Amino acid sequence: MSDFLKIQGLQARIDADGTPKDILKGLDLEVPKGEVHAIMGPNGSGKSTLSYVLAGRDDYEVTGGSVTFKGQDLLALEPEERTALGLFLAFQSPVELPGVNNANFLRTAVNAVRRARGEAELDAVAFLKAVRAETKHLSMSDDMLKRAVNVGFSGGEKKRNEVLQMRLLQPSFAILDETDSGLDIDALRIVAEGVNSLRSPDFSALVITHHQRLLDYIVPDRVHVMAHGRIIHSGGPDIAKTLEKQGYTQFLEAAA
Amino acid sequence: MPAVTETRETVEKLAKSSYEWGFETDIEMDIAPKGLNEETVRLISERKGEPQWMLDWRLKAFRAWLEMEEPTWAHIHHPPIDYQDAHYFAQPKKKPGPRSLDEVDPELLKTYAKLGIPLHEQALLAGVEGAEERLPVAVDAVFDSVSVATTFRKTLAEAGVIFCPISDAIREHPELVQKYLGTVVPVADNFFAALNSAVFTDGSFVYIPEGVRCPMELSTYFRINARNTGQFERTLIIAEDRATVSYLEGCTAPQRDENQLHAAVVELVAMEDASIKYSTVQNWYPGDDEGRGGIYNFVTKRGICRGARSKISWTQVETGSAITWKYPSCVLAGEGSVGEFYSVAVTNNHQQADTGTKMIHLAPNTRSTIIAKTISAGHSDSTYRGLVRMQPKARNARNFTQCDSLLIGDQCGAHTVPYIESRNMTARVEHEATTSKISEDQLFYCRSRGLSEEDAVGLIVNGFCREVLKELPMEFAVEAQKLLQISLEGSVG
Repeated sequence: MSDFLKIQGLQARIDADGTPKDILKGLDLEVPKGEVHAIMGPNGSGKSTLSYVLAGRDDYEVTGGSVTFKGQDLLALEPEERTALGLFLAFQSPVELPGVNNANFLRTAVNAVRRARGEAELDAVAFLKAVRAETKHLSMSDDMLKRAVNVGFSGGEKKRNEVLQMRLLQPSFAILDETDSGLDIDALRIVAEGVNSLRSPDFSALVITHHQRLLDYIVPDRVHVMAHGRIIHSGGPDIAKTLEKQGYTQFLEAAA
Repeated sequence: MPAVTETRETVEKLAKSSYEWGFETDIEMDIAPKGLNEETVRLISERKGEPQWMLDWRLKAFRAWLEMEEPTWAHIHHPPIDYQDAHYFAQPKKKPGPRSLDEVDPELLKTYAKLGIPLHEQALLAGVEGAEERLPVAVDAVFDSVSVATTFRKTLAEAGVIFCPISDAIREHPELVQKYLGTVVPVADNFFAALNSAVFTDGSFVYIPEGVRCPMELSTYFRINARNTGQFERTLIIAEDRATVSYLEGCTAPQRDENQLHAAVVELVAMEDASIKYSTVQNWYPGDDEGRGGIYNFVTKRGICRGARSKISWTQVETGSAITWKYPSCVLAGEGSVGEFYSVAVTNNHQQADTGTKMIHLAPNTRSTIIAKTISAGHSDSTYRGLVRMQPKARNARNFTQCDSLLIGDQCGAHTVPYIESRNMTARVEHEATTSKISEDQLFYCRSRGLSEEDAVGLIVNGFCREVLKELPMEFAVEAQKLLQISLEGSVG
């Protein structure tokens, strides 16, 4: 149960124009099965780095610590293997793929993951049915399926497209990296609903955000405060409200 | 890093096996002695049972060739070609040419089956089962120097369409061949065209009479099989007034250490309101990962829009050959005629490609479009070279050119060399060019959605080429997409 996602003493650095810069400095975090956790923290605390390291981006060098996910050494896996195992990262800034039809991309991804999980691939008809159900749920137009992946999408459309991918790939653990940024209140509600309706004893999530606002819609089981590449405080959902009122100062001082 | 080792292993594995079509067929061959002289030309003409005028035409070309020099302006490098060290004629033993599929060597048929070419009409029809109403494809197969089988000739004949090996056409339709052969690409047009004119051995001939829309796609598969053999095919397509045809050629060759020469000539003639669409999926053996072997592909392709409002469209997907030297061109002589060129050229390992097009606007209100996509990986080098010429009479002529290059890795090169000549003030020429790399961000994004690195590259490349691929006939677009992916496997490290 507690070995669903376990991060111990994680250290990671990035090469910043030739000089290595330490970003994660011994981070400990556990997310049990079926729980939604939030990470809040000031800019530059290493939140996005954490999400990239977990998803397997190789610009980051892991210099210490370990991550186990469903009993496996997550850091030894390729990014696509992590996805097959059930991890999903919703990007803060989704990348554009010019000329690549969105529906084709989604179907290629879904079938790659299904193949890796030993499930039967979806044919065009079954896939279209599945995707139509989801786009309706997320108030997305069919037009977004016909366009090139993220090309010319508004900020809100990109985020919805991320949530659409998440729902189609059916992860057991999703990381949402500032999915609320750039969303108006209606879009925020739709996106939050897209996440909430996945909540089940078999689905966990790590919600990374700057703002209390998102956590009004996705109410976390626990909130962690991150600063200087570490988790410096953990508690219930009410911490988020404290942060909103008083800022990070008290946590930073307490940790110092 | 394990990723690097793995990529290297993948590359090594693929370099050995990636060219799926590299098998050789064991067939008894009738081969002319090595070397090129007047005797060779006479021998070819005699073996093919040609009339005197054809021999005279060949000899004229041969004498012109002797006076010419190999062009050196292209951005390609290769050791000097010894034209005396090749065979200029090879044909499967069985003479005269096979009249029906029953006469074709079963080994040959097996070869085509391996290539996935549906020679048997029944098999072909069985292959198009299903709800989709897909038109059948008529196939002419050229093996080394000889056309071995042409399917659907009867059905086509009922529509008045002639689709046959050019050697048959020379015998059976001499008036048509004489009228058009060499009118678009004259015998002394360039070094390689002159060589082809002297020694061409076979190819396809297509004639679409006035007002006829060809009832099916026409297709030719070329395969070089014999060692040290040059392949010189000649294709001539004529579309009379209001005629329409879509034609596709595919090419493969076995893997060999030595280079083989391929110098083809294609001539297209479109009369008033006629339309010719010519698509190529070129997959000649590109050589191994060290650059050994492979086909030297020196091709002259040119079409003339002779009639008003006629249209010629070239679409090519070039993934093979060690060297590609090829500029499918349109001469827009009819008022309001249209020329199009859609190209994807992929080079990997040590391949070199210098390819592009020429759009010669002679008449008023002519239009041309050029979309060229160049993808370079490994140590390869790729050049787009294109000429747009607006002649004094080309009032209100228009051209739009777009050249995009995609680089994979940091050892390859891409060059764009546009030549624009405008001699008419009212003509308009537009040129856009971009160069980009597949970014780490794009790759990581795809992989985090479960795609392997190879699949991610394939997807991004296909997206990059989409504007061109959508011009290909449906069945071949799928084939071309797969080919792109195979050509680029192991190219990311």
